Amino acid sequence: MSDITMSEIAAQYSIGIDLGTTHCVLSYIDLTDESDQAAKQLFAIPQLSAPGSVTEKFQLPSFVYQAHAEEISQDQTPLPWDGENTALVGDVARQLGLKTPIRLVSSAKSWLSHATVSPHDAILPFSSPDEVEKISPVTATSQYLNHLAAAWNDAHPDAPISEQDVTITIPASFDPAARNLTAQAAQDLNLKHLNLLEEPQAAVYSWLEACGDEWRDQVNVGDTILVVDIGGGTTDLSLISVEESEGNLTLSRVAVGEHILLGGDNMDLALAYRLKMKLMQEGKQLQPWQIQAITHACRDAKEQLLLDNDIEAMPIVIPSRGSKLIAGTMQTELTREEVHQTILDGFFPATAVTDMPQQNTRTALTQIGLPYAQDAAITKHIAHFLNKQHGALETDAGDFIKPTAVLFNGGVFKSDAISTKLMGIINDWLITADVEEEATLLTGIDLDLAVANGACYHGYAKHGKGVRIKGGLASSYYVGVESSMPAIPGFEPPLEAVCIAPFGLEEGSNVDVTTHQFGLVVGQPVKFKFFGSTVRRDDVVGTHLDFWQPEDLEQLPDIEVSLETSSRNSGDVVPVSLSVTVTEVGTLKIEAIADDSDEAWEIELTVRQ
Amino acid sequence: MNFDLTNITELPAGPDAAHIALFALTLILLLITLVRGGKKTVEIEKIVEKEVPVEIEKIVEVIKHVDVEKIVEIEKFVEIKAPLQEASPAAACQLLSLLQNEARFVDFIQEDLTGATDEQIGAAARIIHTGSKKVINEYFTFTPIRTEEEESQVTVAEGFNPSEIKLIGNVLGSAPYRGILVHQGWKISNVNLPKLAQGHNANIVAAAEVEL
Repeated sequence: MSDITMSEIAAQYSIGIDLGTTHCVLSYIDLTDESDQAAKQLFAIPQLSAPGSVTEKFQLPSFVYQAHAEEISQDQTPLPWDGENTALVGDVARQLGLKTPIRLVSSAKSWLSHATVSPHDAILPFSSPDEVEKISPVTATSQYLNHLAAAWNDAHPDAPISEQDVTITIPASFDPAARNLTAQAAQDLNLKHLNLLEEPQAAVYSWLEACGDEWRDQVNVGDTILVVDIGGGTTDLSLISVEESEGNLTLSRVAVGEHILLGGDNMDLALAYRLKMKLMQEGKQLQPWQIQAITHACRDAKEQLLLDNDIEAMPIVIPSRGSKLIAGTMQTELTREEVHQTILDGFFPATAVTDMPQQNTRTALTQIGLPYAQDAAITKHIAHFLNKQHGALETDAGDFIKPTAVLFNGGVFKSDAISTKLMGIINDWLITADVEEEATLLTGIDLDLAVANGACYHGYAKHGKGVRIKGGLASSYYVGVESSMPAIPGFEPPLEAVCIAPFGLEEGSNVDVTTHQFGLVVGQPVKFKFFGSTVRRDDVVGTHLDFWQPEDLEQLPDIEVSLETSSRNSGDVVPVSLSVTVTEVGTLKIEAIADDSDEAWEIELTVRQ
Repeated sequence: MNFDLTNITELPAGPDAAHIALFALTLILLLITLVRGGKKTVEIEKIVEKEVPVEIEKIVEVIKHVDVEKIVEIEKFVEIKAPLQEASPAAACQLLSLLQNEARFVDFIQEDLTGATDEQIGAAARIIHTGSKKVINEYFTFTPIRTEEEESQVTVAEGFNPSEIKLIGNVLGSAPYRGILVHQGWKISNVNLPKLAQGHNANIVAAAEVEL
């Protein structure tokens, strides 16, 4: 009986976790609050700010520091809660890592969706000496989540996080494997109610919450909202369409963009290198640690110089490392013109909607690392997205999607100069395409906190207290099969693709691929080539493609199944069909189901080449 | 969250740097006077036990009365019938450490400025101002004691708190007093200093750094 009572306890809070590339934020709403406008709150996260010193901050920097055995004694890492606080997470990690980067685990989130490295391999800190103990991107992610959970539980002993309604945000561009990995990283939390939510959607939820009922006055049926979310390390794009259902306005996420590793940090770094060049011309050489100091100073100076004011230049001071402050300090300045050239012209150039991002063919000796975007022009990436998704709407959009409203999110947009320029460029595209009305800019969200706020509002809306955005799969998925044809020496048989999950398949639904049967060999791992398409919206389960445009289908990491069964002999061939479920959490589950028995094997999504 | 932009362009460069430093130092001294209680370190108890055993009781009494969480409520201290209170060295050292880490405060004060150009001092002042502002804003919440415009007529009611409002000039007559508000005053309404680990040596303001 007790089990039943346990599961009947309803969540008291909706918790939203912005699991960011550079920092995490947690906000929450009390679901038992019956008033119309339940107040969301930010959670102050206790964390070490230096060895031996604990402070509370609203942001938990997403870093782990792998300290040397003699670096920090055990009694200098206390946290308010019991348990082994072995991992140095948060502010202290970031601080220590500034001076010892070889021991700093960073950007774990970007590694989760990396195409060539297994996220379960202990590879971080990346390319640091062997002596430094390494952890996997999944472990790092779970350490951030575990810290947040321990802090929450310590502050709310009567409402443990495992019982609450928890929404964790992910980039809209995360592939199914990266989504599953995020859910896996949360496993230690034993969450009863976990949801994954795409960050641009979270920004829209935050906008809905900020507007209250008035959102219906700001958009109309047939509108298309372009969401541009520029985080520290990534740019994430989505399209939300405003539809009508039973007389009510509804929102539906109809397209998501590609994974673009380009964000606000790149802008600060670009400015720092510009100043480095300037100092070099004056005959001053900079050490790596000075570059860091400049990058930090540029961040603050940039925000000032991009505001609408008459400041022409901001001084940049690089303090010495030693105790002599006067003698070793270097000074330069960052001018308004430099910022405008580097940021506005470099990252937001006024390009045509037909200008696509440049893809340089990489040289053969490319170092394995994060696949940073090669073209820094964010406007071109947006143009590419609008072109590529031209078929996303029910109505014919022509060559590219013409958004009627735009929502910006991310600290970068605190600068009016950036949002005004980008908005102007988008409207120029519309005017060139003879669209009569300009797109409207949707405002009212907190650019730094919208993702966390939106995530907790999402959990709140799920309880019938607000508007929900219809999501579902933002891609259709395919497995590759070799076509049966007579062997031609020297040629691999051409690959064909079978659709196993259609576009828009909603959370909680399941489809079986009945048109194709596969033979799996017991005891041998079998790999499938796996593809996703964000543009082939009309393919149904079983659709067989023997030809496609290379840009239509993106090859994802192979998927693998290993048939371990005691009821069959090793080497036997088992006929199976595939079954695909989109879980309530929002992850993809692919199973191989035996046709001649009721056995089923889960197909792993995380195999990397 | 502290997304405060530090508008350092408004800061005059040059010799005013010294004023900033002086201001910060005054502030620290003020805080040292105000901040009581804090963590009662084992060190202090031992010293007291050895040297002045008679006074143990009194000191313990004081510590009992001081509400550690509400160190700002100065009124409470006034009521306590104790001759003098020991300022907590740990809290003072911690604040200096924060100012050193963020603003290079101790480095600057320890430096000999003779012969340094105004330009050099100006550059250092920016570091000190930006960093100190970050520390002050992050760990302290200031509210003005009087919200009226400075240089305007104000009334000081009967039973005012003399530690909050200081009457100056022709201090004559009886309440209510009418006068010009010269300085609005500052009151720390919240202190949120980092908590320290047991046995953390707060005397180390900045560790020596050795690059390998």
